[in-house]
Amino acid sequence: MLSSFLQFLISGVTVGAIYALCGLGFSIIFNASHVINFAQGEFIMIGAMSAVWLADAGVPLPLAVILAILVTMAVGVLLEKLAVEPARKASVTTLIIITIGASIFLRGLAQEVWDKNFHKLESFSGETPINLLGAVLMPQTIWVLGTAVIVILLLAWFFNRTLEGKAMLATSFNPLAAQLMGINTKRVLLISFGLSAGLGAVGGIVITPITFTAYDNGIMLGLKGFSAAVLGGLGNGAGAVAGGLIVGIAEAMAAGYLSSAYKDAVAFIIILAVLVFMPNGLFGRKGTERV
Amino acid sequence: MTTKSLKILASAAAVAFTATIGAAQAAEPIKIGAFLSATGPASFLGDPEKKVLEKYVAEFNKAGGVLGRQIELTLYDDAGAADKASSFVKRLIENDKVDVIVGGSTTGATMAAVPLVEAAGIPFISLAGAVVIVEPVKKWVFKTPHTDRMAAEKIFSDMKKKGITKYAMISENAGFGKSGHDETLKVQANYGMTLVADETYAPKDPDVTAQLTKIKNTAGVQAVINWGFGQSPAVVTKNYKQLGIAAPLYQSHGVASKDYIKLAGDAAEGVRLPAAGLVVANQLANSDMQKAVVVKFQKEYQADFKAEASTFAGHAYDGLQIALTAIQRAGGTDKAKVRDEIEKTQGYIGTGGTVHMSPTDHMGLNLSAFHMVEIKKGDFVLSD
Repeated sequence: MLSSFLQFLISGVTVGAIYALCGLGFSIIFNASHVINFAQGEFIMIGAMSAVWLADAGVPLPLAVILAILVTMAVGVLLEKLAVEPARKASVTTLIIITIGASIFLRGLAQEVWDKNFHKLESFSGETPINLLGAVLMPQTIWVLGTAVIVILLLAWFFNRTLEGKAMLATSFNPLAAQLMGINTKRVLLISFGLSAGLGAVGGIVITPITFTAYDNGIMLGLKGFSAAVLGGLGNGAGAVAGGLIVGIAEAMAAGYLSSAYKDAVAFIIILAVLVFMPNGLFGRKGTERV
Repeated sequence: MTTKSLKILASAAAVAFTATIGAAQAAEPIKIGAFLSATGPASFLGDPEKKVLEKYVAEFNKAGGVLGRQIELTLYDDAGAADKASSFVKRLIENDKVDVIVGGSTTGATMAAVPLVEAAGIPFISLAGAVVIVEPVKKWVFKTPHTDRMAAEKIFSDMKKKGITKYAMISENAGFGKSGHDETLKVQANYGMTLVADETYAPKDPDVTAQLTKIKNTAGVQAVINWGFGQSPAVVTKNYKQLGIAAPLYQSHGVASKDYIKLAGDAAEGVRLPAAGLVVANQLANSDMQKAVVVKFQKEYQADFKAEASTFAGHAYDGLQIALTAIQRAGGTDKAKVRDEIEKTQGYIGTGGTVHMSPTDHMGLNLSAFHMVEIKKGDFVLSD
């Protein structure tokens, strides 16, 4: 009984940590511009596919990971330069639509640059399950959770302690005022895309030993990550992680104790219920408009 | 080389050239239409199918075509969407005026085309799996791949040999998985099997240990069947190994490609599945009539595309061969005659097995087309 419960919990935490890591990437661009970047899932995919491709070509894994992150950041910066910046006078909604277009483009590009097959990455610390009171935990899950925690800490530090991060928040609150205070708002947006892409890549790479990857894997991961971020409160790192874990654990418990047929429905009901009563998510700040 | 011999060579070439031109002018090309899911989620089906159709049509043409007529292939990519498939089929029928249609990578795309070809009266050979395509029999519709029901029957007959009577099932809650699940339930009674646990998951789920834990804790499970396509069977296989479930794991013919073994790695050791002869081409007995066909196809495909030919590539090859030999026998492209000849296909040995079509059977394969294979040391090993 206990061991089943533990196994369901571990399954939920594994899945939840994946959603959380994917959700974290949304917060930076959102904080910088209030734009929800629907190409975030593609950043996840590009990071994973580049790492797989480099590792298969014989590049040692740590180096492949670093290069893959750099490649993805370059894609993020290019996306901002070529697609978002020329339209920066447009409304937030227009920018969101641009990111949807970009996601379709990047998916097509990945299909051509790489291929349409599924790929895998070796687990970072082997495939020997860790036994916990009759339930098993894979070492890669610990990597995913650990990475999520480190990323939250880094994000908190970035937004609260660094000038760049504060400039980003200032730009998001009031671009004009920020500009008047000497902040280069164009640069802020550029940096936010680069960082988000990098973050997406980190997530994509760490989860690939569990989920595998393919050119179209970004759709599902982006969507689930987005749900996690919305549930926790967009723009809030800890919120995204909490949101991801809640969705993941709810899915696993539903599959375990109810029926696997209702698994997705249960997760969505929880998200809907939370958003009805707390429209800004669990940890989101109340949106106040000062005139 | 002397001037004289050069001249002779030149005139010989000129004669040969005019001869080919003459033949090409004499007859209209045979028009084959195809709609495949070459991109999109089902591209692992459509992409190899497209390669095969293009390659072999070119080869037939190089060898002089069929009935002295060149073959013209018109190919559209439906990207896995049934609505697109439907409009492309309309275009094939109305604008391109094709003589025969080979295609429909997925069951959805195929079923979207069925009413159109039935109304227009065009022979159509589908490359998709589900039983509904040929059951009930539709006048103009044929198919080359094995059905999921046959896979279920093959798995059950293997279980029966091992004395297994109680099994659990974990299936993808979409398309292929759903259909396989339902067909399995339909035939279980014929083999005296009882389903004791029934679990599902979404195609892109990264982890299914919760569902497998439930199966593990269900009393009396002697074997587990997984119905899925693409990455999900690999996820199931890995989780299965992680939980250390002792009962044998059966996969469907949907994973009969090396990609599955590559993804699942060591966890795939000992997994059993029904597969066409193509997958174990070199291991077939020399007395097996299919051996020469599949070994040759495998070699030709690998030479051109530097990849192993999947069974899906084989379905397209069989479809094209059946269509062209029927046209040859019909002595032309009269649609009703070609249809009748396709229906009369007897003893065609293809990559999927030996085909015996009849007015009541528009697929023409029986259980002997499947072999039980087991994964050993990262390879498919014949095991029946």
